[in-house]
Amino acid sequence: MGNENKPMKLAYYPGCTLKNHAANFDVSTVSSMAKLDVEVEELERWNCCGTVHALGSDNVMNRVAPITNLVRVKEAQASEFMTGCAMCYNTLKRANIDVKSRADALETINNFLSLENTKYEGDVDVLHLLEYLRDRVGFDNLSKKVTKPLKGLRVACYYGCLLVRPKEVAFDNAENPMVMENLVRALGATPVDFSHKTECCGAYQTVDKPDVIADRTDKIVGSAQGERADLMVVSCPLCAFNLDFRQDDSKRLNPDFQNMPVLYFTQLMVLAFGCDEQALRFDLQHIDPLPALKARGLA
Amino acid sequence: MDTTLRITSARAGRAFVAEIEKVSGQKLLACYQCGKCSAGCPMAAHMDILPNQMIRMAQLGMRDQLLAAKSIWMCVSCLTCNSRCPKNIRIAEVIESLRLSVLRTAKRDDHLEIMELSPEARAVLPPIATISAMRKLTS
Ligand code: SF4
Ligand code: SF4
Ligand code: SF4
Ligand code: SF4
Repeated sequence: MGNENKPMKLAYYPGCTLKNHAANFDVSTVSSMAKLDVEVEELERWNCCGTVHALGSDNVMNRVAPITNLVRVKEAQASEFMTGCAMCYNTLKRANIDVKSRADALETINNFLSLENTKYEGDVDVLHLLEYLRDRVGFDNLSKKVTKPLKGLRVACYYGCLLVRPKEVAFDNAENPMVMENLVRALGATPVDFSHKTECCGAYQTVDKPDVIADRTDKIVGSAQGERADLMVVSCPLCAFNLDFRQDDSKRLNPDFQNMPVLYFTQLMVLAFGCDEQALRFDLQHIDPLPALKARGLA
Repeated sequence: MDTTLRITSARAGRAFVAEIEKVSGQKLLACYQCGKCSAGCPMAAHMDILPNQMIRMAQLGMRDQLLAAKSIWMCVSCLTCNSRCPKNIRIAEVIESLRLSVLRTAKRDDHLEIMELSPEARAVLPPIATISAMRKLTS
């Protein structure tokens, strides 16, 4: 970690949803990292990673978008970079692993990118923000920056799929990851154990099959309600959309469904570090987190 | 009398089995039908053919039934099946290759029409949702 006068610099890939619907994730990342003396530097000319890793073994074309971003990292004179979006992380990391083990695919991509001045040679590391906080900052150090401990707040940490599957990209146990619980504990809150933390939310089926998502959200949020969680934290704007915005549909499906606010884990850091309130952007939430926070004396 | 039961993919389906194995990079015959993939699948309730059945039908080269199944468009590549299969089969890759088998034909039979959604429905969707859906469900 850097000292007070000299913050660490860290190359940062926000991903496109963090520039619109999930601007609360972006601003809370930048401000909370500043409190940890890490200056996140957004990459120049980054492009959408393509969101999903193409699973066909012969699909090289869909690797071009993620690999172009790794070229941008090299252009920023960096050898590693961080992203908070679980989906971007998964896609960028998998493309990186794939081209590192397949020289022919890498050559095809480099040929395709022949107008770029920089060649990609598998020489960039993809980091997720949670991994960075755990391994580089350390939760002990992080807890020293807490000025407003989230005492009594019961938090359900939802991982979904992309932080834990496949195992090549996972930086924690696939069936029972704990990194977010440990972060939440360092912030003074109480993580709750619930059965659906790595169960998929239904992902992009939300586009034309909201009823399917309503059912997934009912099960996932319902299992956290069963453990008396006050709110849920996530690391993916698609999980956030499904679990937060589709709660109205869940309520139509199951009249007993109880609403629960869904936040990014970085918003909890903003609260606990006492950052400027502007960095919360609660105006972008669907279910208002304020009543749950007020009930615990935190807002 | 000894009886030998030989299970081979029907002649007509052989090219299809080879295509699926190549695109998915998986050996379909490794599957011993334990059902673990289907037991943990979050989309199973919305499928007409379960993941283990898809693998079985792929072994047998049942092309037409598989490519007409609703299931191949319901699977969201969450990889729960892959991470739990005792034979290390990447079921999600097999299912993706089935989707590709439909999307890569001259007909380009897309399974999502974004413009058919109401403007209100489209307006709330974040790009992460629309881009991923289009990458998976359209050609
Ligand atoms: S995965 Fe999403 S948020 Fe990430 S870059 Fe792509 S569309 Fe954007
Ligand atoms: S839970 Fe859903 S949106 Fe989240 S990581 Fe999984 S598929 Fe993605
Ligand atoms: S888990 Fe694996 S072995 Fe078992 S049925 Fe599914 S694919 Fe076959
Ligand atoms: S990858 Fe597809 S088949 Fe496998 S568990 Fe997920 S939704 Fe089900």
